[in-house]
Amino acid sequence: MTTRQQVLVLYLATSALDSPVVGWSVYDGTGRTSPTTGDSDEPPYKSGVDALRDGWRLFQAAQLIPPYPGSEYDVSFLKHEFFFEKLVDAG
Amino acid sequence: MAHFVAHGSLRLDAVVPAEMNAEAIGFLGRGVPGVPYGSAVADAYPEGSFARRLLDIPAVAGALRSLVGPDPRVDHHAVHVREPREGAAQPLHGDAIIDVRTDAFDVQLMYYPQDVTLDMGGTLSVPGSHLRRTNETDTGRYQNLLGQSRLVCPAGTVVFLHHGLWHGGRRNDSDAVRYMFKIRFNPTVRQRRLWDTSALGDPRVAEELSTTFPWYEPATGRLEIYNRVLLWRSLTGDESFDLEHWVTRVSNRPQERVA
Repeated sequence: MTTRQQVLVLYLATSALDSPVVGWSVYDGTGRTSPTTGDSDEPPYKSGVDALRDGWRLFQAAQLIPPYPGSEYDVSFLKHEFFFEKLVDAG
Repeated sequence: MAHFVAHGSLRLDAVVPAEMNAEAIGFLGRGVPGVPYGSAVADAYPEGSFARRLLDIPAVAGALRSLVGPDPRVDHHAVHVREPREGAAQPLHGDAIIDVRTDAFDVQLMYYPQDVTLDMGGTLSVPGSHLRRTNETDTGRYQNLLGQSRLVCPAGTVVFLHHGLWHGGRRNDSDAVRYMFKIRFNPTVRQRRLWDTSALGDPRVAEELSTTFPWYEPATGRLEIYNRVLLWRSLTGDESFDLEHWVTRVSNRPQERVA
């Protein structure tokens, strides 16, 4: 059996894992699909916990980093990034 | 203008006549020679040239003047071609190097000479992303954001983008070649009250500037509104303008001493 990793990245509304999904990306190590930029308007899950319930394993969440002094009002990258994986039999 | 400040874009559907669209399809595939950075419009595009006629269409000319004022400079232009079934999309990005100006902005004119369907991979853009301080393709990790805009438009559509707006050419899954002609403009005058400001006091201005987008995290979304107020103050010269008292409150530093 050959195992490959599928990776799901969810961007959530707050730092809580059960908050709503506002952005998402998928990377497929099996090569069976080729997800890419702008390929769907519908998120795969409503929240991070919904992904857990579907068998995705969380392996990284964004740290909570206070704003640097003087940059408190700057807006930049999405802050609440959660990485999930599934290990899939690639045949 | 309030719509542009909130969304970071302005879309003009089918403003270019059909005969010009047909003409454009003929030559865009061969490419358009570049012009020196900072060229005057008249130098970059001689009278009678396609680009000059495009810019002279009243709706296009009016929008450009409202956004960057008279006599803007041509930063650069490019023809973007998305080949049929090419298999890849552009990563989500902002153009050029990170540009953190808060009291000025460039606009990018994007012209689509043909009908663009969803499977032709029209430009993806993210409404309300233009004030984010991110550098070029560093946003490439993001594939989809709630409330994103996947452009589907009739032939002859022109879209103006704030230079900071996150965008990218989507994967073309159709059998048709898709063309887009882009021109970036630099303002040469202060961008203050360049548009018809007769409706500045209309309550719909504040309503438009209060727009939030589905992809905003609630906390950062408040900062977006805060930064939008600062941009609106800069564009109008009205230092008293505010939404929800936010900028007024956090800049309140009374100096008067108690008697």
